[in-house]
Amino acid sequence: MDIWRLPRARRGALAIWRRNILVWRKLIAPAMVMNFGEPILYLLGLGYGLGFFIGEMADMPYLTFLASGIIASSAMTTSTFEGMYSVFTRMVPQRTYEAILATPMEIDDILAGEMIWCATKSVFSGVAILIVATLLGVVADWQALWVIPTVFLIGLCFAGPAIMMSAFASNYDFFNYYFVLVATPMFILCGVFYPVSTLPEALQSFVQVLPLTHAVALTRPLIAGQPLSEPGLHAAVLAGYAAISYYFAVVLVRRRLLV
Amino acid sequence: MLSPGAGEPVVTARDLHKGYGTHLAVAGIAFDIPRGQCYGFLGPNGAGKTTTLRMMLGLTPMSGGSLSVFGLSLPGHAGAIRARVGVVPQAENLDPDFTVVENLRIYASYFGLRRRHIDARIEDLLAFAALTERRDAKTETLSGGMKRRLTIARALINEPELVVLDEPTTGLDPQARHVIWARLAELRARGTTLILTTHYMEEAERLCDQLVIMDHGHILDAGTPRALIEKHLEPEVIEIRGAPEASLALLGDETNCRLERIGASLYCYTRDSAPLLARLQQGQGMTFLHRPAGLEDVFLRLTGRELRD
Repeated sequence: MDIWRLPRARRGALAIWRRNILVWRKLIAPAMVMNFGEPILYLLGLGYGLGFFIGEMADMPYLTFLASGIIASSAMTTSTFEGMYSVFTRMVPQRTYEAILATPMEIDDILAGEMIWCATKSVFSGVAILIVATLLGVVADWQALWVIPTVFLIGLCFAGPAIMMSAFASNYDFFNYYFVLVATPMFILCGVFYPVSTLPEALQSFVQVLPLTHAVALTRPLIAGQPLSEPGLHAAVLAGYAAISYYFAVVLVRRRLLV
Repeated sequence: MLSPGAGEPVVTARDLHKGYGTHLAVAGIAFDIPRGQCYGFLGPNGAGKTTTLRMMLGLTPMSGGSLSVFGLSLPGHAGAIRARVGVVPQAENLDPDFTVVENLRIYASYFGLRRRHIDARIEDLLAFAALTERRDAKTETLSGGMKRRLTIARALINEPELVVLDEPTTGLDPQARHVIWARLAELRARGTTLILTTHYMEEAERLCDQLVIMDHGHILDAGTPRALIEKHLEPEVIEIRGAPEASLALLGDETNCRLERIGASLYCYTRDSAPLLARLQQGQGMTFLHRPAGLEDVFLRLTGRELRD
C-alpha cells in the first residue's frame, strides 16, 4: 500500500463529524464558557482598556478592529486545539481510530471528518464572538454574517497543520513547539492587534505568507462594513493551506497507524 | 460474482510475509481457514499472530505473498472485507465518551448502517452480551468482563460472517472468561467463522476446531488440537514437583518414558504410566500429577521453554 497516494474522503467522514458533535453536546456547558468567556475578556479588557488610549485604528474604533481580528485568531486557536489535543487523544491514548479502522472507514475519511469538525468548532467560536461584538455595538451591518462561512474556512485551514502535529507527537508536550513557534507568532504578527502595514517591510512580506494574515484580511472588512479587497486571493490561500495540510496529515497518520 | 460456497476457505494465505526493516514478523506462512469453524493462532508474544490478523484486515501492509478473505484479494479490497468482518481487538478501545448503547449506535454509523435498521439489532446484542441493564452506563464504569462483552457485541453490529478476536480473554477473571467462551461457542454454533489468537491453551483446546502454532513468524505445525497432541507427544504425562535429583534417583533407568526437566519439576511423557506410578507411590513425600498430555505440552515442545518478552 502506498502511503503517498491521494486521499479520497467519502461520506463516512460525516459519521466522524456526528460522533464528535454528540460528544460536544454532552460537554456543552464548559464549551460555552470557553466560547463566550474568552472573547468577552479580550474585547472588554483590551478593547476598552487599550481602546481608551488608541481611539481609532485603520479608520475604525479600536474595539471593532480588535473584535474583527479576534474572530479570525479564535477560529485559528479553536481549530488548532481540537486538531492537536483532541485528535491526538482519539488517535493515541483512547485508540478510537483503531476501533474505527476496523470498519470500512479509511484514514482519509476519519481526517476529513475531523477537519470538518475542527472547522465547525471554529464556527461556534466565531458565532459567539459575533454575538458579543454585536451586543457591544461594533458590528456594522448584515454583511457581517459572511463571517460564518469565513471562519469555517479558517478552521479548515488550521485543522490540517494541527493534525499533522498530532501525527508526529509522542505526547501532549510536543504541541508546545507548535504554539511557541507557529501559532503564537501568527497571533502576534498577523494583524490581529495592529495593522500589518506597521511592521518593518522585510517582516511584512514574510507575514503575507502566513494564513492568519489572510484570515484577518477577510474578517476585518466583513465586521467593519468595509469593502473587501481581493477576497478571492485570501480565500484561495486559506483553501490551499487546508488542502495541502489535509494531504500531508493523511500521509502522516497512515504512516503512524498502518504499520 | 459467485458467492463463496461452504467448501471454499474464508481466508487463504500463501507465502505471506511482513518485514520491518531486516526483522521478519511474518516469514512466509500459508494457511486456509474453512468457513464456519473456529480457527486458532497460537504462539508466544512476538510470534506474528497479531500482524497476521492485521494483514487480513488490510491494516498492516503486506511485504509479500498473497492473502484473500471471502475470495477478495488484499490489500485492494480491504474496505469491502472489513464491511463483512467483526473485530475484537487485543487492547480495549471502546469509546469512553459514550454509554454502552451509544457505543453500539455510533459504531453502526461507521458501517453506514441506518438508525432505524439498527435499533432492534442493538437490543439483541445487549441481551447477547448480558448488558441490557447497563445500557446507559458509561463504559469506564464497566468491569473488564463487561467491557470485553461489549466489545464482542460491537464487533457483531454489522452481522459479520467472520469474527476476528485478538486474545479475547487476556486479563479476565475465570468467571468472565467462561462467559466469553460460552458466547463464542454460541456464535460458532450459528455458523459464524471465528479466528482467534491466544496463548491460553485451555481456550484453544475448548474453542478451536483447527489451529496453527506460530513462532518467530513461522507456522510450526497445524491441525486439530487432538491430532497435534497425538502427533507430537505420548498420551500421558506425569509431572513430578520438587527435588528433581531425588526423583531421578528413584526413577532409575528403566522408566520407559521420555524425561524432561524444567526448573524444579520433572516431566515424564509415556504410553504406559503404570510402572512409573507404582514406583512413585513407594517414594516418600513425592508430589506428582498424572494427566493426559495437552496442547500446552505440544506448545512448549514446539516453541521451547525460554522466556519471551
